[in-house]
Amino acid sequence: MKAEHVATVDEPLREALLVEPSALSPTRRVLGEMLRSRELSVGLALLVVVAAATLRHHTFLLSSDSWRDLLLTPSILVVLAVGQGVVIITRNVDLSVGSTLALTAYLTGRLFVDNPGLPVIGVFVIGLLVGAALGLVNGVLVAFGKVPALVITLGTMYIFRGVVLTWAGSNRINASDMPKGFLDLGTRQVLTIPVLTIIALVVLGAVGYYLHTARGGRELYAIGSDPSAAELYGLPVRRRLLAAFMLSGSLAGLAGVLYAARYGTVSSGAGSGIELQAVAAVVIGGVAIFGGSGTVWGAALGAYLLLTINRALPILNIPDFWQQAVVGALIIAAIVLDRVLSVRRERLVIEARDAS
Amino acid sequence: MSRTYSAWSRPLWQRVLLTREAAVIALLVVVWLYARAEVLHFDGPLTLPYLLLDTAPILLIAFPMTLVIVTGEIDLSVASVVGLSSVLVGVLHQHGMSVPVAALIAVVAGAACGALNGFLVAYVGLPSLAVTIGTLALYRGIAVGLLGTTAVTDFPEKWTSLAKDRIADGPIPLVVIPIALIGLGFAMLLHYTSFGRGIYDIGLNDEAARFSGVNVERTKLVLFVLASTVSAFAGVFYTLRYGSARGDNATGLELQVIAAVLLGGVSIFGGRGALHGVVAGVLLIGVISSALRLENVTVNVISIIIGLLLVLSVVSGSFAGRLSGLVSRIRRSGSTPQPPATVAGAHERETV
Repeated sequence: MKAEHVATVDEPLREALLVEPSALSPTRRVLGEMLRSRELSVGLALLVVVAAATLRHHTFLLSSDSWRDLLLTPSILVVLAVGQGVVIITRNVDLSVGSTLALTAYLTGRLFVDNPGLPVIGVFVIGLLVGAALGLVNGVLVAFGKVPALVITLGTMYIFRGVVLTWAGSNRINASDMPKGFLDLGTRQVLTIPVLTIIALVVLGAVGYYLHTARGGRELYAIGSDPSAAELYGLPVRRRLLAAFMLSGSLAGLAGVLYAARYGTVSSGAGSGIELQAVAAVVIGGVAIFGGSGTVWGAALGAYLLLTINRALPILNIPDFWQQAVVGALIIAAIVLDRVLSVRRERLVIEARDAS
Repeated sequence: MSRTYSAWSRPLWQRVLLTREAAVIALLVVVWLYARAEVLHFDGPLTLPYLLLDTAPILLIAFPMTLVIVTGEIDLSVASVVGLSSVLVGVLHQHGMSVPVAALIAVVAGAACGALNGFLVAYVGLPSLAVTIGTLALYRGIAVGLLGTTAVTDFPEKWTSLAKDRIADGPIPLVVIPIALIGLGFAMLLHYTSFGRGIYDIGLNDEAARFSGVNVERTKLVLFVLASTVSAFAGVFYTLRYGSARGDNATGLELQVIAAVLLGGVSIFGGRGALHGVVAGVLLIGVISSALRLENVTVNVISIIIGLLLVLSVVSGSFAGRLSGLVSRIRRSGSTPQPPATVAGAHERETV
């Protein structure tokens, strides 16, 4: 609940940076940043897992379908992790995404049952809008109620899930309820790449580009590193928080539609527990849980790493019952690593300052 | 909520009655009376024992969880510790150990889980939210890994019935005695020892607490160990009550516990809350669920109601705080200007 250490790390760092602008050429600086980045180490870990599993059993990667499966399976979690990453960068958290996913997934099925002629693009639009509306509820409560997002989204997680449970009861949507053109999305490929993966990567690219370059994106980082300073500085904190929660909600809505297309059956329990997976992916991907740093690229890589490990475990002769324990150990390792690195960086900065 | 010194100069009856805890207790009484009058069979012989048995694990874990949240930390791994201790009891019993020995080992293992949480939070300095999301997956993963999808159910009748027995065949289950003792212990610890007052200091401002001589790290470590130990005990009870040890026992219980604690008036920012409010919060959720179940309302609506209560309780607290801040500012501007005598600006602290 506290973030004192973040402040103590950043203060000397900022001072040092203000005093001495980098003397390195832009190319070398970008290269150096990339080599030291968290994204690279998560990416390498991903490669190691894939390589180890492939050496053990070459069909893990090298058969016509399996590499596509490796790309396809995490795409829903990537969409969720991107939204969650944006929210966590603002020093908030959204635990309601799993329930939002279930709501829109079931809604998608219902829409097709009640309006057989509905075009596929229609459900995508409706899913996004419903998700955004649910995100707006979270955003309003967090931004205007000044209540911690953890509590609010915990509450709305119960509420949204309760709505799905009441609405769906023991009914479930089956593949036969949905048009073939929609279900094909779950298996179709463009240039041999699965459509769902392409959708996830487009979302990732758009959000990542916005966060990296746009003014609004940079302001999200500013809000996350120090909310009250951002307020004093005159940033539109409330509007940005609303936008972040609406983005997370609408991406959860999109994930719900994708879920329906991918799995064909939707029951009221769809996606329960996936919110913690999304938070885990984000944390593994190097977004600090107290906001202000990290990228959605990292969050997406974290999602890929998480689900690829799940697939690799049985091949490495570890019963898949143990996968959750591995995920837990991975999260702990990631945050301990972050802490060790930030302490070391802090010490280096102080040493550099004392030397000059 | 920020408290001013003038708040402490109100008459005694106002200080006792106009609190968040009193409001929750009043709500509990009202709901209870309403249910007795309107809900068929609510005054039947089975309602109270089942209500107490069902809420027992939540109530047990809510005690240490309150202390953890008052320091401004959170422990999301408690339900996974319940699951792990349940599996340990099952596996050890399967290998020929008697139930009390297996239970003892499970509780010790629970303490070890808490020590890991506490070490990472207090001494490594990691955010408890992230640490316990990690150990939530880790402990649950170990539980599921040990037992897979199988269940151990062959517990001796002697022990399973002990978990369900009533005191002198009355309506109160036997388990209420250990719960009351543990609750009393935590109440003494929180409200009547310097260790307990230090917990509030840490929640209000841990730097200031450190300077006033509170051992912040040790306090946090102890609290996380207590939380997991009590959770492990709750896991033993859970296993015997349902006569089944499974890896997925009590999944999601952590959120119910936290919802009940916050409903009971504990501030998620730390530094504020009292155990009697928390007990009322837990029982309130228990009474509402059991009344709705008797009315044949499904569990689904209950989860909507718990969610709404949780959101309303924090939002109303926030707005009430702002309103009273506004009122006192208007009053102060009327009299001679004086520096704001705020004890703690709790709602100005970082939010997650």
